[in-house]
Amino acid sequence: MGLTGLEIFKQLPKTNCKDCGQPTCLAFAMSLAGGKASLDACPHVSAAAREALDSASAPPIALVKIGVGDNAIQLGNETVLFRHDKRFEHKAGIAVSVCDTMSADEIAAKVDQVNKLVFDRVGQTHNVNLVAVGNCSGDAGKFAVAVKVAAEKSNFPLVLMSEDASAVEKALEITAAKKPLVCGANAANVEAMTNLAKKFDVPLVIKGADLNELATLVEKVVGMGHKQLIIDSGAREVNKVMADQTQLRRQALKKFRPFGYPTIAFADNADAFQAVVDAGVYIAKYASIVVIESADPADVLPLITLRLNIYTDPQKPIAVESKIYEIGNVTADSPVFVTTNFSLTYFCVAGDVESSRVPGYILPVDTDGISVMTGWAAGKFTPEKITDMLQNTGIADKVKHRKVIIPGGVAVLSGKLGELSGWEILVGPRESSGIASFLKQRWA
Amino acid sequence: MAVTVAKERWTSKVNELVLGVEPNVIKVGGDSTLPFLFFEGEMPNRPVVALEVCDLEPEDWPEILKEAYAGVLGDPVAWAKKCVEYGADIVCLKLTSAHPDFKNASAEDCAKTARAVADAVNVPIMVIGCGIEEKDAVIMPVVGEALAGKATLMGCATPNNYKTMTAACMVNGHSIIASSPLDINLAKQLNILITEMGLAADRIAIDPLVGALGYGIEYAYSIMERARLGALTGDKMLAMPVVCFVGQEAWKAKEAKTTRDETPEWGDQARRAILWEVMTASTFAQASGAIFVLRHPESLKQFKAHIDKMMEPVKY
Ligand code: B12
Ligand code: SF4
Repeated sequence: MGLTGLEIFKQLPKTNCKDCGQPTCLAFAMSLAGGKASLDACPHVSAAAREALDSASAPPIALVKIGVGDNAIQLGNETVLFRHDKRFEHKAGIAVSVCDTMSADEIAAKVDQVNKLVFDRVGQTHNVNLVAVGNCSGDAGKFAVAVKVAAEKSNFPLVLMSEDASAVEKALEITAAKKPLVCGANAANVEAMTNLAKKFDVPLVIKGADLNELATLVEKVVGMGHKQLIIDSGAREVNKVMADQTQLRRQALKKFRPFGYPTIAFADNADAFQAVVDAGVYIAKYASIVVIESADPADVLPLITLRLNIYTDPQKPIAVESKIYEIGNVTADSPVFVTTNFSLTYFCVAGDVESSRVPGYILPVDTDGISVMTGWAAGKFTPEKITDMLQNTGIADKVKHRKVIIPGGVAVLSGKLGELSGWEILVGPRESSGIASFLKQRWA
Repeated sequence: MAVTVAKERWTSKVNELVLGVEPNVIKVGGDSTLPFLFFEGEMPNRPVVALEVCDLEPEDWPEILKEAYAGVLGDPVAWAKKCVEYGADIVCLKLTSAHPDFKNASAEDCAKTARAVADAVNVPIMVIGCGIEEKDAVIMPVVGEALAGKATLMGCATPNNYKTMTAACMVNGHSIIASSPLDINLAKQLNILITEMGLAADRIAIDPLVGALGYGIEYAYSIMERARLGALTGDKMLAMPVVCFVGQEAWKAKEAKTTRDETPEWGDQARRAILWEVMTASTFAQASGAIFVLRHPESLKQFKAHIDKMMEPVKY
C-alpha cells in the first residue's frame, strides 16, 4: 500500500549526498513513492527506517505458499473487500479431510477419490487443492501412519490437523519436505507449534478463541520470528464465520497487522448438505482455505464452480476458443449458429441449443471475449469475421445446407453478411433462450 | 489484545416492500447493512422464498423436478396449493400460456387463472408475464385488475412496457418488478422512469436478470453488491429489494439437468441439482438478494434452513 513521498522522506537521512543517483533525498523519496526506485539504492538508510518502510509498504495480506511443485498453492495478497473494486487474487484452496481413525485402505481410497476431483470448465481444469489429515484419534502414532498414507497417495499438499505438538512433530518428520500446512497453534500450544513450524520451515495456522485472542497469538508468533501464517478466528457456525471473515478482511485492509494473513474456515456442519452450502459462503466471503469433509463430486463441483465465478477478474472476461463446437449428435442437416467467444455468451447459447434438443453447430467468433452487443458496438463482431469463420473452419464440409443463424440483436448484419459469405442468413431470437421455439418454427 | 471492531456507518437503507393482505402479509427489505452483518445495522426482514407455478405444464423440466409436483403440473391452482404445503412464503405464478409460441392465451384467460390461484392460497403472490414484452403489456393490465386489492408483485417491466405495467400496478394496488440486464445504470434508469409515473419507490423490486452458478452468477453478484452499497449510501433509485429468479436459471444448467448415467463424474443428479439451486440462492443472499424464486421443494427447505442460521445475529 502506498506511502506518500513525504512520509518516506521523513525516514531518510536528509543529507542530500546523491549516492542514490538522485539530486536530493526528497527526489529519491518521490521516486520510491512512485515505484520507480528501490530503497536499496540508498546506502545510508538506518535499519530502523528500513524496517518501518518495509512493513508500511508490505501488502495488506501476506502471501503464503503451501506445498511444493506443480500443485503448490499460493494464498493471500488480497487487496479488496468487493470483487468489483478490482478482483480477488488467489483463489481459495479447497481441502478435503480424512481422519486418522480411518483404516489405511479407507484413507487411500478417499485420497484417490480426491485426486480424481478434477473438472473441465470454460476450457480450463479445476481441482481441489489440499488433503487435510485429522488427528481425530488423539494418538500420535496413528496420526503419523495416516499422514504417511495420505502423503504417498495425494497429488496435493497436506494440512496436518492436530493440536498435539508431538503428533505434529512426528508427521513433519515424515512429510516436511513437501511443505504441508500445520494446523495448528492455539493458546495452549503456541510456543511448541511455532518452534516446530520454524524448525521445519512450514506454514502454520493460528487459532484464537475469538478475534481478540487471535490478534494476541499472532503477535506472539510473529514476535518469535515466524511469518508464514494462516489465521482462524475459531468460529465454526456459518453466521459467525461469515461475520469474523468480514472483520478479518476489513481489518487487514485497514492494515491492522495481526490480521494481515490468509484465513482458513472449516465447513464442519453436522448436516452434510448444509456443510456444502456453508462452504459456498466461505468461498464468497474471504476464506483463503475452506476445509470440507465430502469428496462427493456432486458436492465439490458446485463449490469449484462458485470459486471460479467469484475469483473471475471482473476486468478481464473469460473467452472460449473460437472453433466449431458440436452440441449433441450433429448431422449434415443440423443448424449452424454464430455467436461470440465471450464464455458467458457462448455458454448461454450452448446451453439453450442443448435444451432445444436439436443437435447443432456453434461458431463463436473471436471478439476478444466480449458479448454480442458489446462486440457489435465495438466493431469486433462483423460480417467479415463471421464470413471468415464460415469459410475457414471447415463448417461447409460438415453441413449440406448453407443457412446460418445469427443473434437477433445483430439483425442489421444480415444483408452484408449474406453478400460476403453467400450463405442464407436466418435472424434468430434476441435471447438465446428463444432458440428452442425458433427452431420449432423455422427449422423443419 | 482488544480488537476494535470495524463497523461502517451507513446513512441510508433499503426500502421495505409489503406484499399481500392482512393477516398474510410478507415484508422484504428494510436493511440498513450489508447482508447479515448484524453488528453494524438492521436486517428487519429475512430473505423470503417463492415457489414457481406455471399455467402451462412445463416441458423442459427434468424428471427430478417434475416428480415433486406429480399430479398437479397441469393445474395451477392445485400446484399453488402444493407450493404452500411445501412451505413457500409466496407463490410465483408464471403466465407461460400467454406466450405466442405456446397457447397465445388471452388476457382474460390469464386473469382468470391468476385470480383462481390468488383465491386458493393464503400467501401473497407474484404474477409474471410470458416474457414477451408486447404481449405482457397487453395481458398484465387485465391480470392486475382481476387481482385488485391483493397487493401482489407483478412483473417483469422493461423499458419497453413499463408504462402499461406501472399503470396497472398503481391503479390496482400492486408492486412492480423492474428488469434490466445485468447493468446497474439501466436498473437505476428504469426505477427513475417508473417512479416518475407516480408509483412509490417502495413498491418496486429490482430484477437484475440473474445467472446461475457457473453461468454468469458473478455479474449479478457484483451488480447486487453495488446496488446495495448504493442504497446504503443514499441512492434512492437503487434502494429497492432484489428479486432473484434462481429456479429458472439453475434448472437450465447442464449440471442440474444431466443424469448420473450421462455424467457419472459429476455424482448423483438429485444432490447436485438441488445444490445448484440452493447455492445459487445462498450466494445471492450474500450479495443482498431479498426474494428468491425457487423450483424444488427440497431446495426451499435447505435454503430456509441456511437462512435461519444466517439470521441468528452475530454482534461483537
Ligand atoms: C457487460 C457489458 C460491457 C462490458 C463487456 C463485458 C463482456 N465480456 O462483454 C464492457 C464494460 C467492457 C462493455 C464495453 C462496451 N459496451 Co457494453 N455492455 C455490457 C452489458 C451491460 C452486458 C453485456 C452482456 O454481457 N450481456 C450478456 C451476454 C450473455 O449477452 P449476449 O452476448 O448479447 O448474448 C445474448 C443474446 O445476444 C443471445 N445470443 C447470443 N448469441 C446468440 C446466437 C444466436 C444464434 C442467437 C439466436 C442468440 C444469441 O443470447 C444471449 C443470452 O440472452 C450490455 C448491456 C446489457 N445489459 O445488455 C452493454 C452493451 C452491450 N454495451 C454497449 C456499448 C455501446 C459498449 C461500448 C461500445 C461502450 C463504450 N462507448 O465504450 C464498449 C465497447 C467495448 C470495447 N470497445 O471493447 C451497448 C451496445 C449498444 C448497441 N445496441 O449497440 C450495450 C447494449 C449497453 C447500452 N444499452 O448502451 N460493455
Ligand atoms: S543516498 Fe540516501 S541519503 Fe543520499 S541523497 Fe539519496 S536518499 Fe538521501
